[in-house]
Parts: sequence; structure tokens; C-alpha cells
Amino acid sequence: MKANPKNVLTGQHYLDGDHACAEGALSAGCNFVAGYPITPSTEVVERISERFPFVGGIFIQMEDEMASMASVIGAAWAGAKAMTVTSGPGFSLMMENIGLAAMMEAPCVIINVQRGGPSTGLPTLPGQADMMQVRWGSHGDYEIIALSPNSPQECFEFTIKAFNLSEKYRVPVFVMTDECVGHMTEKVIIPPAEKIELKLRRYTKLSPEEYLPFKPEKDLVPDMVKAGDGYRIHVTGLTHDEKGYPVMNWQTQEKLVRRLVEKIRLNKDKIIEYEEEETEEAEVVLLSYGISSRVSIPAIQKARKEGIKIGVLRLVVVWPFPEKRVYELAKKVKAFVVPEMNYGQMVLEVERAAKGKAKTILVPHGGGWVHNPEDIYKAIKEAVK
Amino acid sequence: MKEIEVKEKEGIEEEHPMKHLLRMDRIPHIWCPTCGIGTVLTSFATALEKSEIPLDDISVVSGIGCSGRIAGYIKLDSFHSTHGRAIPFATGLKLGNPKLKVVVFSGDGDIVGIGGNHLIHAARRNMDMVVLCINNFIYAMTGGQVAATTPLTANTSTSPYGNYENPFNLPHLVASCGAVYVARWTALHVRRLAKSMGEALKKRGFSFIEIIAPCSTIYARRNRLGDGLSLMKFYHDNSIIKHGADTRELDIGFQSKIIVGKFVDIERPTFLDSLNEWNRKVLGEKFREYGGPIDD
Repeated sequence: MKANPKNVLTGQHYLDGDHACAEGALSAGCNFVAGYPITPSTEVVERISERFPFVGGIFIQMEDEMASMASVIGAAWAGAKAMTVTSGPGFSLMMENIGLAAMMEAPCVIINVQRGGPSTGLPTLPGQADMMQVRWGSHGDYEIIALSPNSPQECFEFTIKAFNLSEKYRVPVFVMTDECVGHMTEKVIIPPAEKIELKLRRYTKLSPEEYLPFKPEKDLVPDMVKAGDGYRIHVTGLTHDEKGYPVMNWQTQEKLVRRLVEKIRLNKDKIIEYEEEETEEAEVVLLSYGISSRVSIPAIQKARKEGIKIGVLRLVVVWPFPEKRVYELAKKVKAFVVPEMNYGQMVLEVERAAKGKAKTILVPHGGGWVHNPEDIYKAIKEAVK
Repeated sequence: MKEIEVKEKEGIEEEHPMKHLLRMDRIPHIWCPTCGIGTVLTSFATALEKSEIPLDDISVVSGIGCSGRIAGYIKLDSFHSTHGRAIPFATGLKLGNPKLKVVVFSGDGDIVGIGGNHLIHAARRNMDMVVLCINNFIYAMTGGQVAATTPLTANTSTSPYGNYENPFNLPHLVASCGAVYVARWTALHVRRLAKSMGEALKKRGFSFIEIIAPCSTIYARRNRLGDGLSLMKFYHDNSIIKHGADTRELDIGFQSKIIVGKFVDIERPTFLDSLNEWNRKVLGEKFREYGGPIDD
């Protein structure tokens, strides 16, 4: 399905990342947004509240982030394309209902404009320290998908991607941006609607008598219905069977949780996306994501000028993590240099995937400002020593 | 011997009168004998039968707790959400598809304790939904802890020497926040409760009914109030029907008189009415009303 031209602001714009996320959501056909104001994400909902009355969308400013996330799941089950937006403290408050979204398999999108933490931390300054929280933050076993844009253009594009992935796999999908990208203003090109491909929700063709709400199709994702379709479904956060009924035993738990996990793990080759540059002859690979991938550019250029063979692996989809590709590269290169605005999160995944075949060098940063490229350059030098 | 066999067979073949509204494949339910929730559910079934709302248009949302299990037994679209978040979940359902009639069915701990903030905001917004709050004065599912509704001096597992915290007066709380329909009944006022539920279902806006129900296993036992049935009867017999009563005077004490009735029945624009009317006024023809679910 193509995007609706009425929603798409085709043309060349000068937008910050937050506003670009909002335009991405609109282009994706998002028609329900619930949010609670929090710096530095507020501009997303501000733009949504300005634009929605003209495109037939509903924005509601909820009383807190728990309510925002819960209403997004309700709206998704009513048939809306639903999204919420937040940052650190709000993200923490959403965690219980993010688990509910995973358990109820509600397609939805969550934008996290990361700021420095922990706690209230640095409301107006960037961080990348929610990268493990997004993967593991709610209790229990589940899988999610997360993307990390490094420019306003990508904020636009990745928000559309996030909606498409959430419709296809029926999981909460996260756009993990940060204050720097969120407040950075750049050229954003919004293509004509017919160039924007949208993934439709897969509704069942079965009758209410035949239909089982949580019986998976071949891709492990069940077909959906909406509230009000006459199927009289029961949807619960309790462990449930294919009928959707709560069943409190290990067999049902095993079957359900295994599927929730495998629907992403077994489909991960279709989900994973990254950019690679000059990795063929590389002796060291710089692995990064989000704003840190842009800050690394001067360091990479400087190293290349000195004849260091450095390749780049930039994660577009951060979760699921491309462990297979990292292992392949690990067998060929001396080291991975991983700059991130935290004290070691995605670097743990790199280390795990490399299985000791290559060194991993973290270039940490506590957040509040981006890396000094010189620090990244020094790490590259150390890597090839 | 032969006669007995016949009788047993007849017994098996007898159909449950609420069969079409219950998920019979989930019965027996988990509620204790003489718990008040079953009676309340029966009143709701009566109200649904009398209402002209197509059953496929109704969604029931529950939170967590004994009453939260209602969503699992009622044969309507039903959602069993997280603790305290039934109202915001229902808000999303309603706004996602405004054609739905959304009913939140849950307990006092869920709606008023952990979910209290959502309750007052939904009432303030006049979000179009019916909230049925079964108040058994205690956190029953988790073993009988003190609640925001426990009467003063009542014994609970976390107020073992008696409760010293002042409880909420629920009708007053929601009425002062802007609910358009507010009533209170006990679980044994089956006909009046069903009638009230019918009115609430017809009403546009935020309707709230508090239902005083006995917790037979914990509250009754801990406070030596007999079995659930006698406590249910006590609540009923000690209630005073006072329609239109001043909501400030509706506090409930330990084994005190309980004022019941319909206290508020007013008209006020709903959240969606206000959203649409205001935007039409300030944006004119450029305003596009929400078009409902996608792919419809």
C-alpha cells in the first residue's frame, strides 16, 4: 500500500529530528498519538498536535507515560496506527506496558529521544544510555525491534520503517534517537506519497468460529482482528493459549514465550539492517549507531589519511543485533572500535558476537555532549597498534 | 436408582441462563463462594440484555485483581490489561474506534488505588466510557492488604491492628472531577444495579458506578463478619437509598450505614464532542474529524 498523499508533506524542508519523526509518523499513516510532555522529545507531539486536526488523527496528552503507553495499546487493538514519544524518565515509566504490548502483540511505535541519565540526569542534553533498557527494560522474556537514526532525514525515514516493522511483526518498535539528532536542524526531503511503501496490518480472513487470535501463521505472527469486528476476542497480559485464554502452566508459557521470542529471532535476517563501508580490506572496524556514527567521521577520515585501513559498520536496526555479520568481520579484523554515549552497552553485544576473534575497544562518553572525534581517533590508533 | 440417573442427566443438560454472555469454556470461574462479583456480573448481563446496544460494539476492559478477571469470563471483546491501567487502555480503545461502547470493569484497588490518577483525569475529560468499580474494601487477590477504600478500623493483613488511613469517598471524588453519571449500589441490589448499569450504558460521557461487594474469604473472615452471603446481606440491609444525595456525605465507615442511589446524572460534552466542536470552530472546513480505524 502507498502512503496517503493528504498526510505526506512532499518537498524539501528544513526540519529538526523531532519534527522529522512527526512527519514520518504522519506519512506512515499514524492516526493516534498519546504522549506526556518530556524534554527533549516534546517537539514531536507538538508538531503532531498541530498537524493532526488537518489529517484526521487523534492526539491526546495523557496524564503520565504509563497512561500514554496503555492507551497506545488500546488504540492499536481498536485498529489505529498508534505511537507514543518520550525520553529517559518517561521511558522508564512505560516499561510495564511495553511488556503488555509485547504480550498482547499490539503493533505500535515508541520514539525515545534519549537524554543523559540516570534519573532526571540531563534533560536538555544527549545520551545513548537507554540502548540496553530498550532491549531488556520490561520484565520477562520478549523481543523488540529498535532503530537508531543519525540525522533528521533518517528520523523521518526510520519512523516509517518502524511502523512497517511493527505492523509486520506485531511488536513494539522503537526509534532510538537522542537530544542531539532530535534538536539538529537539517535538510529533510519528503518524497511523494507514491514513493512511500506502507505495510498493512494483516487481518484474518477466517470466521469468528474458526479464528484463534493467537494462532501464528508461518512467520510466527498471528493474524489480527479489531475490537468491534464481532469476533468476541479475549486479550490478556496473562500467559495465554492460542484462543487468548489465560492458562497457568509451564507448557503454555513455553509455547507462548518461545513464539514471542522466535518470531523476531527466526525472522531476524529480514529485519536486520546496517550500512557497511570499506570493510573488505579493513584491519579495524568502527561499529557505531545514531549520533556517534556521525561524530566518528572526522576520526575515520584522519585515520584513513594516515593509511589506516578502517571499515565502518553502522547499525540502522540496533535490535535485533547483527551478530552473524560481526562474527564474520571479527575473523578478519584486528579490532572493533565502538564509540557510544554510555559506559558500555552495545559494545557488550559486539564483544559477545566477536567471540574473542577480535579485540573490542569501547570509546565511552557519559553523555551531555557528543564525543570529541580526537578520542575516537586515539582509539583507532590503539586498535591497529 | 434409575430416577437418580435421570435427574443427574437433566441437571447436566440444564443450560446456564447467561450462556450466551459468558465464555462457558472458562467456567468454573476463580471467584470464592459467596463473593459479590458474580452477582454484579449477573446484573451487568441483565443490563446488556435490556440495552439496545449491539453486543459486538461493546468492549470490556479490566485491570488486575479479582474483579479484573471479569474480562476473561464475559463473551464480548475483552481486554485484561495491566494493574491500574484499564482506564487509559479503554481511552485508547474508545478514541481508536469511537463507535465502540467501552466498559471498564475492575476493582477498587485497581481503579482507585494504583490507577487513581487515570480515574480523575478520565472523569475530568468526560471520556466516553462506563466505569464499574467493585469495591470490596481490600486488596483481595493478593491476600487482603489495606486499600485506599478500607474503612477506618477495619482489619487487613497490612493493617493487622486496624486501619488508621482515611478512605476515599468514591462518588464524591469522581463527581467533583466532572463525571456525568455517578451511582452507588451494593451487590445485592441486583435489579436497581442492573437498571443503573443500563442508564450508564446509554449515557454519553464518563459514567461511574461504585458497587459495594463482600470479600467473603478475606475481608469477612479477618473482620469476623460471617460468610460472604451474610455480609452481602448486611451491606444491603444497612443501605439507605438517597437519590441525589450530597456526594460530600457519602463516606463509608466500618460496618456503617451505606448511602446508595443515583447521585449525579447531568449532560456535558464528551472529550470527543469537545475536540470535534472546538476544532471545527477554530479551523473551519480544514478540520478533518478522526476517520476511525485504518482499513475499515
